[in-house]
Amino acid sequence: MKEVTVLSGKGGTGKTSIVGSFAALAKGAVLVDCDVDAADLHLILEPAIQQTHEFWSGRTAVVDEDRCTQCGLCQELCRFKAIKDFKVDRVSCEGCGFCSHICPDEAITMKENLAGHWFISDTRYGPLIHAKLGIAQENSGKLVATVRQQARAVAEKQKLNCIISDGPPGIGCPVISSLSGASLALLVTEPTLTGIHDLERVLGVCHHFNVPAVVSINKYDINQENAQQIEAYCHTQGAHVVAKIPFDNVFTEAMVHGLPVVKYSDGTVSQQISRLWQAVSELLDNN
Amino acid sequence: MIISVASGKGGTGKTLVATSLALSLKDRDKGREKVQLLDCDVEEPNDHIFLKPVITRREAVSIPVPRVNEETCTYCGKCAEVCVYHAIAVFSENILVFPHLCHGCSACSYLCPEKAITEEMREIGVVESGHADGIAFAHGKLNVGEPMATPVIRMVKAQASHEGIVVIDVSPGTSCPVVESIKDSDFCLLVTEPTPFGLSDLSLAVETARELNIPCGIVLNRAGIGDSGVEEFCHKDNLPILLTIPLDMEIARNYSRGVTLVQCMPQWKESFLRLFECIQEIADERSHSLKR
Repeated sequence: MKEVTVLSGKGGTGKTSIVGSFAALAKGAVLVDCDVDAADLHLILEPAIQQTHEFWSGRTAVVDEDRCTQCGLCQELCRFKAIKDFKVDRVSCEGCGFCSHICPDEAITMKENLAGHWFISDTRYGPLIHAKLGIAQENSGKLVATVRQQARAVAEKQKLNCIISDGPPGIGCPVISSLSGASLALLVTEPTLTGIHDLERVLGVCHHFNVPAVVSINKYDINQENAQQIEAYCHTQGAHVVAKIPFDNVFTEAMVHGLPVVKYSDGTVSQQISRLWQAVSELLDNN
Repeated sequence: MIISVASGKGGTGKTLVATSLALSLKDRDKGREKVQLLDCDVEEPNDHIFLKPVITRREAVSIPVPRVNEETCTYCGKCAEVCVYHAIAVFSENILVFPHLCHGCSACSYLCPEKAITEEMREIGVVESGHADGIAFAHGKLNVGEPMATPVIRMVKAQASHEGIVVIDVSPGTSCPVVESIKDSDFCLLVTEPTPFGLSDLSLAVETARELNIPCGIVLNRAGIGDSGVEEFCHKDNLPILLTIPLDMEIARNYSRGVTLVQCMPQWKESFLRLFECIQEIADERSHSLKR
């Protein structure tokens, strides 16, 4: 089983548009949307949801007012300052349960959270595993782990040997959860100083977790000098720049039409994305 | 007054808006009111690239993690039983700590019957503060490979001034780091772009702000690039569009070089000041209605 995870560090560089096109080009891969708190892949893949599952994760403290004698021990000991005036702030509570153990009146219980949902869907390009984290819920990393696990199970069942994962921006918990154990990371960047800065950090995460990485520079013609700098930097890091895609409004137009770029247009950008997919799939095969 | 700048979708222009808003505000009233910019996108902080701040203070962000004294440990397993993060495991005469999973709640050390667990500090990031061109500045950096951003965000927010205007730049998404960054704000500015992805993530960000009871308004960036979905949504949902920035390659090129909008096009300053007045009006109205 081969899996490529598409990351970027900086948001809005074009991860989802690239993954949508990969879906259309791969012909029989399992698709995963690991950006569980701002998922967008479904908007261009038109999924028909086959299964909906609840995602129960984490807990929140609940104070029984009848039993509480307002001794204040929980407020004093909570490291997350989640109890104020003997009431639990759901947003601050990290669900550790410490308060429930130390309450002398046994007035605190822990309630399980329905933290979101995950779905198995059919698309015209292959199965899609995606999720929706509940509003202001925690544990996005665990939900990412869940969708990836399900993707593997679906791939095995349907005898598909390739998984394409659309990752979240950043470098924290959900990114680590999207990346660990993947065969390859494709880092989608742009030639802005912020894009470069963020690329360096996400490349650091790939090194840290021992996942080989290649790079695509999107909108490379916005600042060619910066694009060259990225190429030089990537060279020193052993991460090949496998594509340079020009700025083109076709990315947005395809999105507006609810289609992957390569299905919407057969212009330069689509040809570049096709070549990028070819390079990525070859790397997956040879890995 | 605390204004957070969030978006849901990444790359819509949070950093552009946060830096230009702060720069516009610091010249207001001849600089009488203190302006502070806090970059809470600790996974990928970018504001410093534009503001080039002078850093005067660095402070490590550490969280307490357990350290077991095996001389007194009886391997009773109480610590593993109470740790919901599975950061400590006991089997027969072995005890293992997984510091990356630990949230630092201290349940294990407090509840250990042998008092065999103490806490040691583990560094997960750094907060740097200083000033940039008359603006008080602070940002946090999560160490590469560390999963937990919220303790670093908390520490950045602890630098917030109690007077003047505090602008908070937030990470993309809608989960824990975003909630931690925007909570306690007086207003949340949501930066989006007129595309289906922009709309989808905006609607989640609006729900998040409402869940936290924070009034919000919209900045529409790259206007003209996509479709009318965002505007229709804002109209239907009674969300004010407070500033519109057109798609302009000149702005994009300057951004790519690390130049803020109001530095390359000073005429935008007035628009940002008007944006602030709208924010103030909405936030004031809100606090009055809450008092009533």
